[in-house]
Amino acid sequence: MGVLETKNLSYVYGAGTPFRMDAITDINIKIEKGERVGIIGHTGSGKSTLVQHFNGLLKPESGKVLLDGRDIWENPKQIRKIRFKVGLVFQYPEHQLFDETVYKDIAFGPKNMGLSEAEIRERVGEAVEIVGLSKKLLEKSPFDLSGGEKRRAAIAGVIAMKPSVLVLDEPTAGLDPKGRDSILYNLKRYQEQAGTTMLLVSHSMEDVAKFAKRVLVMNKGRVAMFDTVPKIFQCADELSGMGLNIPQITQVFIGLKKRGVPVKANVYTLEQAAKELASLKGGGTPGA
Amino acid sequence: MLKDITIGQYFPGKSAVHRLDARVKLVLTIAFIVEVFLAGNAVSMGLTICAVITLMIVSRVSVRLYLKSLKSILPIIILTALLNAFFAEGDILFKWGFLELTQQGLIRAVYMAVRIMLLILISSMLTYTTTPTALTDAIESLLSPLKVFGLGGAVHSLAMMMTIALRFVPTLIEETDKIMSAQKARGADLESGGLMRRIRALLPILIPLLVSSFRRAADLAAAMECRCYTGSAGRTRMKRMHMVLGDYAALVISAVFLTGIILLGVFLSGMII
Repeated sequence: MGVLETKNLSYVYGAGTPFRMDAITDINIKIEKGERVGIIGHTGSGKSTLVQHFNGLLKPESGKVLLDGRDIWENPKQIRKIRFKVGLVFQYPEHQLFDETVYKDIAFGPKNMGLSEAEIRERVGEAVEIVGLSKKLLEKSPFDLSGGEKRRAAIAGVIAMKPSVLVLDEPTAGLDPKGRDSILYNLKRYQEQAGTTMLLVSHSMEDVAKFAKRVLVMNKGRVAMFDTVPKIFQCADELSGMGLNIPQITQVFIGLKKRGVPVKANVYTLEQAAKELASLKGGGTPGA
Repeated sequence: MLKDITIGQYFPGKSAVHRLDARVKLVLTIAFIVEVFLAGNAVSMGLTICAVITLMIVSRVSVRLYLKSLKSILPIIILTALLNAFFAEGDILFKWGFLELTQQGLIRAVYMAVRIMLLILISSMLTYTTTPTALTDAIESLLSPLKVFGLGGAVHSLAMMMTIALRFVPTLIEETDKIMSAQKARGADLESGGLMRRIRALLPILIPLLVSSFRRAADLAAAMECRCYTGSAGRTRMKRMHMVLGDYAALVISAVFLTGIILLGVFLSGMII
């Protein structure tokens, strides 16, 4: 049984106005417990709309969202409880920081859950550690942090709720490459330790390749593909038809193979590339 | 959801009402608002209602949108009607405690309710069919005689402020929506609790909104300075407003209509109110 499932899920924006727009149409997906899934798609492909259905921020026009096999809208009054189970980190989450101190801001979610002060303190400490934020910053105002620190604090605010499914919408947008890699690394390590089901929305194939096992490709509000990373990247032509690119490193290796260099084409990360090139030179440990 | 707010929104179209010069539309809207209060008898009120309905059809904006604009103002309409109905001198129809329903009051209540509805409809029509930019350009153009008193700069600043304010209404609504969603995702409870609790619950939304407004304002100011914006002096327009035959025709027809209503008021003055 999948932890998160959608059945014929559809949603329309601005129904009854001239701006009416089908946001997502007929989505049927199943996400297994403890999985790391990447969701990619061009701007306006419906990925953000889709993930806002997972925690009940948007109510489906038609179709269902099932969490642990139960319809999340079964009891609309209990929808807040679903939001503690399915944590959603929005795009540019640092824009939602509001409280006097970083500690209080991260504690906002757990407090809404009605946890005890001691439990909250423990969870905030854990969350801060997971995202790699210095504990010294906890008593500072969130508005005094740097861009990257703000982002980490905001992500910690959702992680502190210990959701069983964590959805992150473009968590690395607008960060420098170092910050991007470090946040992805922290999230991946947390996922492996805690076994949380994690969904990462991105339009960066590089990020998805580094992070996910399976990839959901959205195009024009529909599911275009949903498969493992290697299988998705084999369809380079179809992806570019949707305005998406396979990782640059994969493009390089496909190009090399075409030119007769004996390398594998299924290389998605820099580490794999280094290994592949090292083996080409006749063994030895990869240098960089 | 907040996105459903339609007041002040523009709905693109190519109808005759859409194409009318924004200055003409603005002047006629103001004239019409005055007219609604001049129409004091059944005949002129009937004519006015017919005129508004005709315009609504010509504007080709969905009736549902007009109804939506009325819906948001419904409590005010009902309150005004009730106040008018119960607090007028005249022949008592019905008495309940200190409340007296009079015939005159009832008639006045109906007139008042219809007037407010017409006001909302006609001003919604102005914003539904005119882009905010065209509207502020029209205001600037109509106020330009003030230049004689050396107020040209002030008029321009005012128009620019209005343009910017209107421009950012949808942006801020979107932003509010986003922040609300983000806080709801963290379990913020905006719907339950007493008044104080609800006000406190708004803080996690208002503070980020305020912060982001300041950020946007600073960004916009920088972008405007980068493009050498210095105010009204020496500024020319890409789109100049021109009056065409249709605009003059609309002015003439409206003038005739308005005169007719005033004359009707004079001749039928004894009829009602």
